Amino acid sequence: MARAVTTQRKALNTAIAWTIGILIFFPILWTVLTSFKTEAEAIANPPVFLFFDWTLENYGVVQERSNYMRFLWNSVIIAGGSTILGIIIAVPAAWSMAFVPSRRTKDILLWMLSTKMLPAVGVLYPIYLLCIELGVLDNRYALVVILMLINLPIIVWMLYTYFREIPGEILEAARMDGASLKDELLYVLTPMAVPGIASTLLLNFILAWNEAFWTLNLTSVDAAPLTAFIASYSSPEGLFFAKLSAASTMAIAPILILGWFSQKQLVRGLTFGAVK
Amino acid sequence: MATQSSRSAARIMMAPAVFLLLVWMLVPLSLTLILSFKRFLPLRGDRIGERGDGFGDFLLDYITGFPTLDWVGFQNFASFASSGAFTDAVVTTLVIVGGVLAVSVIFGILLAMLLDQPMWGQGVVRILVIAPFFVMPTVSALVWKNMFMDPTNGLFSHLWRAFGADPVVWLSDVPMTSLILIISWQWLPFATLILLTAFQSLDSEQLEAAEMDGAGPFARFFFIALPHLSRAITIVILIQTIFLLAVFAEIFVTTGGAFGTRTLTYLIYQRVLESQNIGLGSAGGVYAIILANIVAIFLMRIVGKNLDR
Repeated sequence: MARAVTTQRKALNTAIAWTIGILIFFPILWTVLTSFKTEAEAIANPPVFLFFDWTLENYGVVQERSNYMRFLWNSVIIAGGSTILGIIIAVPAAWSMAFVPSRRTKDILLWMLSTKMLPAVGVLYPIYLLCIELGVLDNRYALVVILMLINLPIIVWMLYTYFREIPGEILEAARMDGASLKDELLYVLTPMAVPGIASTLLLNFILAWNEAFWTLNLTSVDAAPLTAFIASYSSPEGLFFAKLSAASTMAIAPILILGWFSQKQLVRGLTFGAVK
Repeated sequence: MATQSSRSAARIMMAPAVFLLLVWMLVPLSLTLILSFKRFLPLRGDRIGERGDGFGDFLLDYITGFPTLDWVGFQNFASFASSGAFTDAVVTTLVIVGGVLAVSVIFGILLAMLLDQPMWGQGVVRILVIAPFFVMPTVSALVWKNMFMDPTNGLFSHLWRAFGADPVVWLSDVPMTSLILIISWQWLPFATLILLTAFQSLDSEQLEAAEMDGAGPFARFFFIALPHLSRAITIVILIQTIFLLAVFAEIFVTTGGAFGTRTLTYLIYQRVLESQNIGLGSAGGVYAIILANIVAIFLMRIVGKNLDR
């Protein structure tokens, strides 16, 4: 922005933007604050904002009553496992499509994306049935595979757009200098591909962590991740605001932080580079 | 540059991803399609194969088209489409998708425009605005339901009482508004982020030139900014539509489909998993697939064009 802006104008912008920003963020802020209150303070009228007796009690209770760590562990396994497995399968595919494109590459890419459009509910029963028949209902490794397949098209696409930005001239220059295929891969391409792979990992971890349809429908006790654990608070006994808040805070904190790191990749990843 | 050997190497590298996605698409789709023509009520004793007798029997049964189930032709499709629940669900789905889209696109443009202005602490405001997108849907729905919309202890009811008004029983009195509010809160950040990115690539020289030619702020917005944003807006609409057609968790933990908030996704879920009418639910699934594909065709066109650059 080259245009000169008066300080007044800037102050006004700042005031409006901060007000709106805080309003939008408020539900998250309120949840975090409430998690440190006692149940009585959590429902107090008029509500208390900062001046209450801060307590960590709720966090202890959440862990004690429902073994929060197990749900967390399931989330980590399911989101992490599906992301890593997806990357292992997608890197070679995206790599070959970006560097050895053929006439059909574009069709294959678009077809892959089209599987993402398949509404989950349209295939809910078949997957449910297959899980029963294979004896893997409520099994976290089954969810690892399912979420990997759901996110695979996005992983391939993201990696493809990153890989395509690696200039071919650099490769040719390396070859002229006598680099073998191994050198080429190891010392030229890999260092340039690592940032793209890292952002793809990050975004897919976030998507898998928050995925709720399959985790709600295919898990009950053993494999339930945090999405399902939080949903259990929708029963009437869950009207414990402070405990719900503590559980929620623990479920969203890690991903919120990862999310903030990956804002830019989010735009690229979810629009496949179509918005710059 | 590509040699014969590198081409075959490429094919081998692509094979696992292509194969897996092919299986992931074809197996469930074919199952849904077969079952949608069958009468299958497990609760009334309908069985496929020798259930629980191993996967081999199931596979055999699947390949032979589930001979133990009665073939009912298009009966499931007809009864799914003719029930009032279907029409209601389609309307509900469209209202939610339309409502959230309207909110997120209109306010997304306004917010992106605001965030594009010079200010202090821009980075922090941006982080505050984007945050809801990363909140898991079950958390977001429950936080809104309990801590804001609860008719006795929710923050909104405190607020209403403070002004001497009777608190609104949000999720049963104005269920659709409540749901649209909750879901919009989650999706507005996404729209804002995409639109902000598009705004930032707007050529400021062009804007200055227009300003010097005497174009007012509205003219500049409608004739320069909006056309520039059109692609980003289209992408926001299409991507959100795909996700919003499948909204599930938000309804699952708030109303459970009551009070006229049953979307097509939720209706099918109820038919299949709650009332265990598999044939009927599968027919609904086929309808959902057709609906999503109509939307998808448009998205593919746009993304496809982008590939040609």
